[in-house]
Parts: sequence; C-alpha cells; structure tokens
Amino acid sequence: MIVTDHSKKPQILQALEDADTSITIDDPLENTMILNMGPQHPATHGVLRVLLKLDGERVVNCVPELGYLHRGYEKIGENCTYHEFIPHTDRLDYLSPLSNNVGYVLAVEKLIGVEVPRRAQFIRVMICEMARIASHLVAIGSMAMDVGALTVLLWTFREREKLMDIYDVLCGARFTTSYTRIGGLMQDWTDTCTTMLRKFLDEFENDMQDVQDLLFTNRIFIDRCEGVGYLSQEQCIAMGMTGPILRASGVPRDLRRDNPYLVYDELDFDVITAIESDALARFYVRFSEAKESAKILRQALEKMPHGPIHAQEAKKVLPHKERIYTKMEELIHDFMLINLGIDPPVGEVYQGIESSKGEFGIYLVSDGTGQPWRLKIRSPSMVNLSALPAMCRGAMVSDIVAIIGSIDPVMGEADK
Amino acid sequence: MNDLIIQKLTERFPDSIEATNEFRGDLTIQVSKNDIVKVGEFLKNDPDLAFDLLVDLLGVDMYRPEGRFEVVYNLYSIKYKKYVRLKVLVDEEDCVVPTVTGVWSGANWHERETFDMFGIRFAGHPDLRRMYMPEEYQYFPLRKDFPLMGIPDSIPLPRK
Repeated sequence: MIVTDHSKKPQILQALEDADTSITIDDPLENTMILNMGPQHPATHGVLRVLLKLDGERVVNCVPELGYLHRGYEKIGENCTYHEFIPHTDRLDYLSPLSNNVGYVLAVEKLIGVEVPRRAQFIRVMICEMARIASHLVAIGSMAMDVGALTVLLWTFREREKLMDIYDVLCGARFTTSYTRIGGLMQDWTDTCTTMLRKFLDEFENDMQDVQDLLFTNRIFIDRCEGVGYLSQEQCIAMGMTGPILRASGVPRDLRRDNPYLVYDELDFDVITAIESDALARFYVRFSEAKESAKILRQALEKMPHGPIHAQEAKKVLPHKERIYTKMEELIHDFMLINLGIDPPVGEVYQGIESSKGEFGIYLVSDGTGQPWRLKIRSPSMVNLSALPAMCRGAMVSDIVAIIGSIDPVMGEADK
Repeated sequence: MNDLIIQKLTERFPDSIEATNEFRGDLTIQVSKNDIVKVGEFLKNDPDLAFDLLVDLLGVDMYRPEGRFEVVYNLYSIKYKKYVRLKVLVDEEDCVVPTVTGVWSGANWHERETFDMFGIRFAGHPDLRRMYMPEEYQYFPLRKDFPLMGIPDSIPLPRK
C-alpha cells in the first residue's frame, strides 16, 4: 500500500515555478498565472498536457507532460516474438502505420541478416511514401484548422481518404495495416492498386494547388504562423530535432538520401529545406515534401520489377499459406517460426528510417532467443516535443496551438 | 570511418575505452562510466568526427550480477552522415551516471525516460522527474524483475 503525501506539491508544478514566483489568489492581475492546457484539448493533437505559466497573455514558461497514452510497448515487445510485435507498430504513429511497419521489419532484417527481393523493396518504398503523404496531409490540414482555416482540413482529409482506400485494397485494413512481414510482405501489390494510385496522383496535384491558393497568400494564416515558434539551427541540432523541423532550420538531413535504405538511392527526389525555422517554414517544408513523395511514387510505379516478394530464407521468413497446408517442410517451418520465433544471432542493431515526423528508429538487443531482449523505439514525436518549451517562451497563448501544430506530434508514438 | 573513430578515441583516452565491437556495420564503443562526458564532448567537438546529434539514449537491463544496466548513446554526425554508439555499464548498487545534457541538451528527456523505466539516476540532470509513469509511482517497469502483468495496487486512485 502506497501512502501519498498530499501536502507535497506535485513535481510538475515545482518544475514550472522558479524561485522568484509567488502565487497569491488575492490579486490575479499582479501575478503570473498557471494554466493547464490539455490533456483533453482539440489543438493538442491527442492527449498532450501542457502546463503554462502566463504573464498576462505571454508565456513565461511551459512544461509538457507526457504519459497519458503510455501503453508500455517496449515491455510488451520484450515478451512477444519478433513477428508478434508487427501489429503493435501500427499503434505507434497511427497517422502513418505503414512506415512504422517498414521501420520495424528493417531493424529485424538487419539483425537476422535478410534482404528482401527488389519488388518488395519498391513496394516498401511506395507504402512509406503513401504514409508520408497521408501524414503530411493531416499535418497541413490540422495546422490550418488550429489557426482558423477549417476548409483545408476537409480537403486534405478527403485526399487522405483516397489513400486509405488504397490501403484497404492492399492489405485489407484502412488504419491498422500490419502490412509488412519479416523478410517480405503480407501480400503482393496488385494492378488495382496501381490504377487507384495513378488516379490519386493525377488528382493530387490539383488538390494541392487548391490548398496552395487558399493558404499561401492568406494574410491571416501567414500572420498567425510567421516568426512563431522560432528555434535556431544550433538549438535544433542540440535538442536532437529530426525531420521537417530540422530541415525547416536549414539542415538538409534526410535519411532517405544520407543513409539510403531500401531503393531510395535509385530514385530521384529533392530534400526540401527552409531557413526561417518558424511554424510557417515547417508548414512549407511539409507541403513541398508531400509533392516530392508524389514524384517518388510515380518513379517507383515505373521502375517496380516483377518477381517474388519474399526472401528465400525458409527458417526465417513465414512460408506461403497454401504451401503450409500441402508441404510437410513448410508446415514444420511455420510451426517453429510461430511458436518459437526466429533464431537471431546475439547482438544489437539500430535502424532508423525517415518517417513523416522525423527519424523513426528501432534499437534491438538480441540474446539469441525468439524474443527480443530489449526493444527500444526512438520516436520522433517525443524528441520533437521536447523542444516545445524552447519554442513557446515569449509567445502568446494563441501561438501555442500553431506551434504544436507545426511540431505535428502523434501521442501514440510520443507516449509509446 | 569506424577505424578513424577507434583510433582517435584510443589515442586520446587510452584508459576510458573499455571495448569496441562491430556488428552488422554498427560500431559500439564501451566507455567507462565516469568518462562519458569527456568522451562525448570530444566526439562532438572534434572536427573530423563531429557527432553533433544525439539520436537516442536508452537503458538496457542485462540482468546479470556485474554491470547490470547498460546506458546506450546513439550518436549521429550530420557532417559525415555516420552513426556511432557509446555504451556504459552501470552497477545496481551504484545506479548513477553523469548526465550528458551539458553536451547535447536533447538528452534531457531521454535521461528522464531512462530514469523512469530503469531507476538509473543521472547526476547533474536539471530536471530528473518521471517521464511517463505517475509521479508517486515507486517501481521501474522496464527492469526485468518487474512482472509483465504489473503490480496490483501500485498505481493509486486519483486524488479527491
């Protein structure tokens, strides 16, 4: 039984206060005020709680509080086989589940030393880019909504819906996809998907143009975002920012180009950067990146070869279902893989991919058994959120929603 | 690049480097616990290495009598596009590691998370609070001796 000391002030309030603060209730105008924003707030993109210390309407300090969606995925990961963890990765960054699937299996494949065939690599590139477009569409729409432009949200969600329909045809689920397998994919890319994706790409240009017409010369939108949430390039690097936030500060770091995985080195795309490092620059970077992803998708559709989608590693890759029912060898392998898991070597690997939010990484420690000894998720949202206090200091209360929108956190990933 | 890192570090800190290991192209350098800040500063500031981005910092519970915990630092050099991994071993009796927030300020939340999950304290950390679990919580969930089902009654009901 734990006895809680009610007289003690919660630590989070102590972190907010410094020595020269005094809170008296007699005259609220004379004192700094403490305001609790979230965890249930439409502009915090999930269950993010932010404690603000306000001087009038200016933010003196702010302390984000995480953990309202903590489900202990790293503990769960230690207690299931490598295959069993794939559905859990959907629930991390739930706006781009497909790229989480890819990031996780790439880490496991690096550990066990398997490379998937070229067709599977192209399909993985395409699903990553589709996930990036879907996630950036939500980021663009919800950031515009946070500063008052509701129309854009409806348009971007309409576009995202078309991508969801492709997911549905591809893997039978719109949201919790679990599409990748270790050493392969759940099922092959079909011609229907190609047709749907081409149709989406043709319409996508026009729809992005509509968004551009509505926002890029919109005085209210620009006034709300320009110069808001500034973080210098040195600070961005020191605080470990990745993804659009780092690129919006002028650092052209993109793992797809710098440390190429899959077949990104064969595809032609630009790394979008900006130098202003404010909320507006992050918005522009995301907007242009979505268009670059469309470019990658077109190339990948052209270049995708025919062939197998599973690596020929009978003891590591799940066999095809039809063969399990008809062949003895495959039945044995399936039984061993499902019940005991893969036999990885002892060692530790880290694999990071450029997810839509930044660097999504998986660090695996293997002790040679079928379950990982330690599985660490490097979630970009959590690291990016750690810069929120630095971005918020000196801003107005109404700027906070724009800043959180420009960080684009997904709490499923930040809280793990 | 991996050879250069090992060579530079062993020249500069012959006593601090305990072991090096390469697996699947990932270089891991085991550093003695008290020198981690020195080694980190050198890796960050040396112009030929420039590991300026702390990608990740995490704890591992190896569940062994000597050096039970590992604290792992994943570093990245934006200039040379290269990863390196530092590792320190921590004993259960003396669960304190010097903080690297002075070298990479982004280590702040990572160290809080490691403290929250493993109970490893970081000496000199500016704000060492729990990250995910409630403030009153008394256990460290990612330790191997913490049961998967949790401990009944360990999370108190909300205050009235």
